[in-house]
Formats: sequence, C-alpha cells, structure tokens
Amino acid sequence: MASDLRDSPLEGVLALLEPYNKKGIALSGSTKLNADLEIDSVSAMDLIMEIEDRFEIDIPINLVSEIETVGDLVSVVSQRMEQSS
Amino acid sequence: MTDILDKYAPIASRHDQLLEVGPDPLGVCLEEIYSATEARVNGRRTILAGTNNYMGVTFEPDCLEAAEAAVRAHGTGTTGSRIANGTYGAHLALEQALARFMGREKAIVFSTGYQANLGMIAGLAGPKDVILLDADSHSSIYDGCRLSGATLVRFRHNDPADLDKRLARLGDEGESRLIIIEGIYSMLGDRAPVAEFAEVKRKHGAYLLVDEAHSLGVMGPNGRGAAEAEGVDEDVDFYVGTFSKSLGSIGGFGASNHPRFDVLRVCSRPYMFTASPSPANVAAALAALKLLERDPGRRDRLWNNAQAIYDRLTRIGFEICAPMSPIIAIRLPDERSAVFAWNRLLEHGVYVNLALPPGTPAGVYLLRCSVSAAHTPEQVEAFCHRFELVARELAAMDSGETAVAAGA
Repeated sequence: MASDLRDSPLEGVLALLEPYNKKGIALSGSTKLNADLEIDSVSAMDLIMEIEDRFEIDIPINLVSEIETVGDLVSVVSQRMEQSS
Repeated sequence: MTDILDKYAPIASRHDQLLEVGPDPLGVCLEEIYSATEARVNGRRTILAGTNNYMGVTFEPDCLEAAEAAVRAHGTGTTGSRIANGTYGAHLALEQALARFMGREKAIVFSTGYQANLGMIAGLAGPKDVILLDADSHSSIYDGCRLSGATLVRFRHNDPADLDKRLARLGDEGESRLIIIEGIYSMLGDRAPVAEFAEVKRKHGAYLLVDEAHSLGVMGPNGRGAAEAEGVDEDVDFYVGTFSKSLGSIGGFGASNHPRFDVLRVCSRPYMFTASPSPANVAAALAALKLLERDPGRRDRLWNNAQAIYDRLTRIGFEICAPMSPIIAIRLPDERSAVFAWNRLLEHGVYVNLALPPGTPAGVYLLRCSVSAAHTPEQVEAFCHRFELVARELAAMDSGETAVAAGA
C-alpha cells in the first residue's frame, strides 16, 4: 500500500488530512493547516507521524515550523521521498 | 502595533476557565512547609503527593545541617559562572561524588535540571548531527535539541522498533547520531524499555543519552536509574540527572566515560553563561547523595508506599495509566471531572498535580501523584481514604447528570 502512495504525495496527504478536516472544507494547496483546518501544534505532530509511517520517511522537526499550507506539506513529503529513494 | 502578549490569548482564556472553578492549579501556594510530605495550603494541613520528593530528603537532618554549614562557610551565592568567577571546592567534591555514584569517569554539575538537559544536549550535538528523541520527551529535552541546531527526528514513544526503522532510514545522514530517552516519563510514570533501546543503539552505532531525572535514586541496584535496573548501564554514553527530585536540592548533572567529556565546560553555553549552583544547594545535594548510598532501604520504603497506593487506587476503581511506579497518573474521562476532583482533593487536604492537554496527549486528563519514601503509613491511609471520598463525589456528579438527562 505504501508503495502506491509513494507515487502520489498529494493524494496521500489529502487522505491523511481528511480526519482533521472537521469543518469539511474543500482542500487545496493554499489551505492553511492552522488557520483553516485548526490543526494545533500538538495535533500537527501526530499528523506528521502518520505521514511518516504512510510514506516511510522522516520529517525532521526542524522542517515542521516552515510548513504552513497543504502545499508546503506536500512539497516537504516529496522532497523527503526523493532524499530517501 | 499589536499588543505583544495578544498571541497568548487562547492560553490565557483556558487558564481563566480553570480559575472560575477554584484555586489556580498552576499557582498553588504552600504557605508553610511542615515536612517533606506536609504543608499548609489555603490554611489547611495538606498531604503533599505532587512534589516529586521521591526520597523525602528535604528535611533530613544531615541535609539541613550540610546546607546550613555551607551557607555559613561559603556564603549565600556564587554570584556568577564558573568560567568567570571560579569553581568552588564543593562543586568539584560534588562532581566527584556524582561520578562515583553513577559509575562514570566524569560528571559535570549544572545549575538546574532544565539546564542540565540544555547544556548536555546542545553541548554534545551540533548542526551536522542528528538527534533521535522520544516523542514524549520533557520540554527541557526539546529545548536542548532546538538549541543544538541538530536535525531532530522524533520516534514513537517507548518504541525501539520505530527508532530502529528511523535509524535505518537515515542512511549516512548526520555526522553523529544521538538517541535521547528518559528512564521514567514524568507525566504518565511509564518506564522506557532501556535494554531494547540499548540493543538498537548497538546495532546502528549511535550514542545513547538517558535522562534519569525521575529514576535517579529510585531504580537500579545502586540507584543510578532505569538503565541500571535493566542491566544496560554500560550502554549509556551520557547520563543526565537532576538534584531537584530524589536529592531534594536544585541543580542537575551530566555524567560520562567519554575521555574528552570535560570539553563541554568550555563549549556548552548553558554551563558557561549562568551562575553556578549556590553553596547550600551543592551541600544539600552531596549530603542527600551520601544518604542514598548509605541507606538503600529508603528505596524499598518508596516502592512499598507506591505499591500500597497503586493497589488501593486500583481497587477504588481509578484507571492508572502505567504499571506501578512512584509516579501514579490517574486518568479521568474529561477535563471537567479532572478539575473537579483536583479541587475536591485540595479541599480534603491532598495536593497532587492536575495535568491537562497540551501538557498531556489530546484527550488525556490526569491527576498525577508522586509518592515519597517519607510518606508515613498514616499519610498513605489518609491519602487513599480521601481519594475514596472524591471517587464517591465523582460518581454522585455523574449519576446526578444522568438523572437530569433522563428526566429531560
């Protein structure tokens, strides 16, 4: 399953974000994780671990503070997948 | 211009909600301290079971006398750092005693436990290194990690297999790798599987740092902590410990067999740029350390008390988060009942800690108790009895609500 998702970081991230999307808003690259989805810093760390497991990557905490939008998150995932492949 | 404190509005409003229910759980005033286990709180004689005074040494005659003599002989404070003002003989004596206690060549004293983690972690790791830290690490570990500038990879709490996976994924990333775990975790009181972590460390060739803040004096044949208790003391490259729990003082330390460990004294900023521990603190810590060496029976008294309280609270029906240890974290179903129970316990003359998210994981509301070797059988009995009363009050609150709901 993980190998399928490795090809599509965007879809994988969107799927993992679904449980956090409590207001059911339409997600796009510019959706803000904190301001729009109300993901606080504690939930963000849980989300990051789910993403790490799903894509078999590590996202260092140092990068997390720079992630503001869904697009930022997807690009960090893509970048870490490239580094690990 | 925005008010500089506006960013804290959400935290402030949550704190205000707590204040509507009762006294401030984060600002309890101990008006008079009677002993290691009793104080006056809100005018009431109160059993202290939330102060991490595991060995109960804060009023031990040896420790009091040593601290008093040190104040008279060496003064009230050191007025500065060791690199600027010099080292007191007592700092060196304490470092030697700590090195011996921990079975290490060297020990370095820091001014608080918080700074011990800052100074050790930021001193050891740099921007080209990778730190792998347990996700539930104490704030002082997170802050030390940030200060180091290293790449920070979190692994799942107490999960050696997850650490193993992440170390394998790292490939050749990072010049050095430093794994950080704690012996006993402060909030839930659960222990790290140190032997399994040591195996992962050996497999990948990383350094292992173990913070024994809550396990020093509490676990292990010599009281070194959880790593010693699991027989993997030799695998620990760097120990961190604190004086403010089992040693009843203030300060912290790092200990290691690394031949160049002392270089931290000229490289670690949290060591270099703060005042060194005061004579009284140093003397009290040293006296307590000697006491623990001389009287290992204290450890037995602590565990016996912990077992008695754990058994009784379990029988009452409380859900306890971890296997029995001197930290007993009781989980309540929601914030309202946790806050209610905490306030009622204080009114009954029992002080424990109230722990709520974000200090705990989402949805986890705790009454956190820390047991002391100095709790007398009478105090243990009174403590448990008052928990029984509060359990009944909680049940009455629940059934009252159910009745209202049924009637509506």
